[in-house]
Amino acid sequence: MKTFKLGGVHPQENKLAKDCPIEIMPLPKQAVVFASQHLGAPATIVAEKGQKVKVGTLLAKAESFICANTHSPFSGTISKIDLANDINGYKKTAFYIDVEGDEWCEEIDRSEDLIKDISLSSQQIIERIKDRGIVGLGGAAFPTHIKYMLPEGKKADFLIINAVECEPYLTSDNRLMLEEAHQACIGIQIMKKALDVSVAKIGIENNKPDAIKNMTDIAAQYDGIEIVPLQTKYPQGAEKQLIYAITKRQVPSGKLPIDVGCVVNNIATAVAVYNAVQKNRPLIDNVLTITGKSLAKQINIQVRVGTMLSEVMDYCGGLPDDYGKLISGGPMMGKAISILEAPSVKTTSSILVMSNNESHRKTETNCLRCGKCIDACPMGLEPVQIANLSKHQRWEDAENEYAMDCIECGCCLFTCPAGQPLLDLIRVAKNNIGAIRRQRRAI
Amino acid sequence: MTSVIFYSIAVLGITAAVLALILFLVTKKFYVYEDPRVAIVAEKLPGANCGGCGFAGCKALAEAIVKKESLEGLNCPVGGADVMNEVGEVLGIKAETSLPKIAVVRCNGSKANTTAKVNYEGAIDCLNASMVLSSEGGCPNGCLGLGSCVSVCRFDAIAINKESGLPEVDENKCVACEACAKTCPRKVIEMRNKGTKNRRIFVSCINNEKGAVAKKNCGVACIGCGKCAKVCAFEAISINDNLAYIDFNKCKLCRKCIEECPTGAIHCVNFPPKKESKNEVAAS
Repeated sequence: MKTFKLGGVHPQENKLAKDCPIEIMPLPKQAVVFASQHLGAPATIVAEKGQKVKVGTLLAKAESFICANTHSPFSGTISKIDLANDINGYKKTAFYIDVEGDEWCEEIDRSEDLIKDISLSSQQIIERIKDRGIVGLGGAAFPTHIKYMLPEGKKADFLIINAVECEPYLTSDNRLMLEEAHQACIGIQIMKKALDVSVAKIGIENNKPDAIKNMTDIAAQYDGIEIVPLQTKYPQGAEKQLIYAITKRQVPSGKLPIDVGCVVNNIATAVAVYNAVQKNRPLIDNVLTITGKSLAKQINIQVRVGTMLSEVMDYCGGLPDDYGKLISGGPMMGKAISILEAPSVKTTSSILVMSNNESHRKTETNCLRCGKCIDACPMGLEPVQIANLSKHQRWEDAENEYAMDCIECGCCLFTCPAGQPLLDLIRVAKNNIGAIRRQRRAI
Repeated sequence: MTSVIFYSIAVLGITAAVLALILFLVTKKFYVYEDPRVAIVAEKLPGANCGGCGFAGCKALAEAIVKKESLEGLNCPVGGADVMNEVGEVLGIKAETSLPKIAVVRCNGSKANTTAKVNYEGAIDCLNASMVLSSEGGCPNGCLGLGSCVSVCRFDAIAINKESGLPEVDENKCVACEACAKTCPRKVIEMRNKGTKNRRIFVSCINNEKGAVAKKNCGVACIGCGKCAKVCAFEAISINDNLAYIDFNKCKLCRKCIEECPTGAIHCVNFPPKKESKNEVAAS
């Protein structure tokens, strides 16, 4: 069974919600939609206060290169444009929409029919992806169209689809592969056409046998889609690890996947691309996994972007009494939610409820020099070394230890028997090195 | 026997002479001229190598001063005006007069004034915490209280007060090297003039949220009401982004704004008790 070479860990899988079909959340009364929900330059606000919007009306427009459009996921009136809390408690500009009914823009095809024929040219496909505000749904929210605008002289050999879902607990991609496999496959065909490649490889970990079987059956109906079952190991879903696992090609330090002829996208992005290109539907909803050992009911739920997470939680049965921590995303790389009164965004993939017992860190003791973090690091770094340099504010030395190659997967922190906050310190070092590099560029 | 002594002296003597010649030629060949004034200026500087001047160390600053032959834009915050005057005397130039400064912590969101809604667990580092959450109390601008400023201070001049959870600056030890101000991810710490008789008035809040939001998270937040700006006779107070700021160059330390502030966000330090204040104001 294929997998990546260096390091990695295998946390308890806890895919509690893997057999729960995707439900659809009813529309809320009021919604808060952030103007910018992607990585890169902020989008320019084009909608106004008091404006009537339909589902699909453009709210914020991309005017820089790395930028994505934001569309209204609801119909109703924009009551105000103001700051709103994100899950970390920081304020960002958002549209407050009073939801009235569910009226969609006419150009969006709402029928359930599968459209298999791809009528658009590759240039038109990229334009459409850009126009519909599609971002990478793996978590980073990188505007998808940019991955398809290849730099001069670069040629892609493979399209790699990330359906690994290596994070414990998360099951939304698994459900998508069972319920929307056709859409995903057509989405992949569209992406292949945009890239002008003949082979797409879908990496799926072998802890999802249903998904592998279903995708293999359905992919057989389409040309050039190959399913690659992978050994279950975290962080297989990381771009560089996945490329190595599937193609045995190594992305050198500081380079991009396209430098080894690969473009990687998430399976959920493939479905979003299908909806955008074939149905003209902007990215206005996504599937959330509401899960946790202490929850009475595990749920996979399709939620419109901009729905308050607190409302989602209430709809799914409310928070248990003994909850200690809420995480948006998986337990390894997800971000702790400090304010639940925050709206969902394009990349919200789950609300993970940890009970009080599970949610605390180990007490920090001295480093044992056991080297477990070095064995676990999938990038071949020495986390303990970088962390120590970070403690002493020796940023340049940390840079020489390739701190910037860290993908922040958290394997080091997960394995550390001494409970050292390795990842935290490395992140601090990365941040400072980033500042130093910007300074250097300025000079 | 005597010949042995003679030979050894001769061999050692010749070796020494040859080596001395080599050393002499090498020093001639690789001689680097260094302005003798650099050493003198470096001698005058405190030798703390703190980097507060923006150079790698005291020697580097001395080189820069001598090279530039003026003190414009070059200042040793640790030594202050005295040292700069001495340096100026050495070079025969006049030193700029800059008032002594001190680090001021502009946040009063102590444990008593805010309530923690969430708890942070992780590395004891403000930058890391600021990436994960706004703050335990909910203020996105205020002090996180994890002491990154303490860890960079080379003069032991700043410490976290265990009771309030906020850093406190020791006036006698702070040399205004700016290390803490540069490290703070929230820019809570500002370098302000030490003030006449060490007396300072400043707004102890940098939250630029709207008044109601700021007040909800922290009882002593500046709500940007503008009362202080109205009462100030010297136009020292400006309101930007729902936040008052006192310009220390214009402030005459009259303390009218303190009485006016509805949330108690404006602080004064080192003033005697209120009764004697009238004479003091007149004197200053």
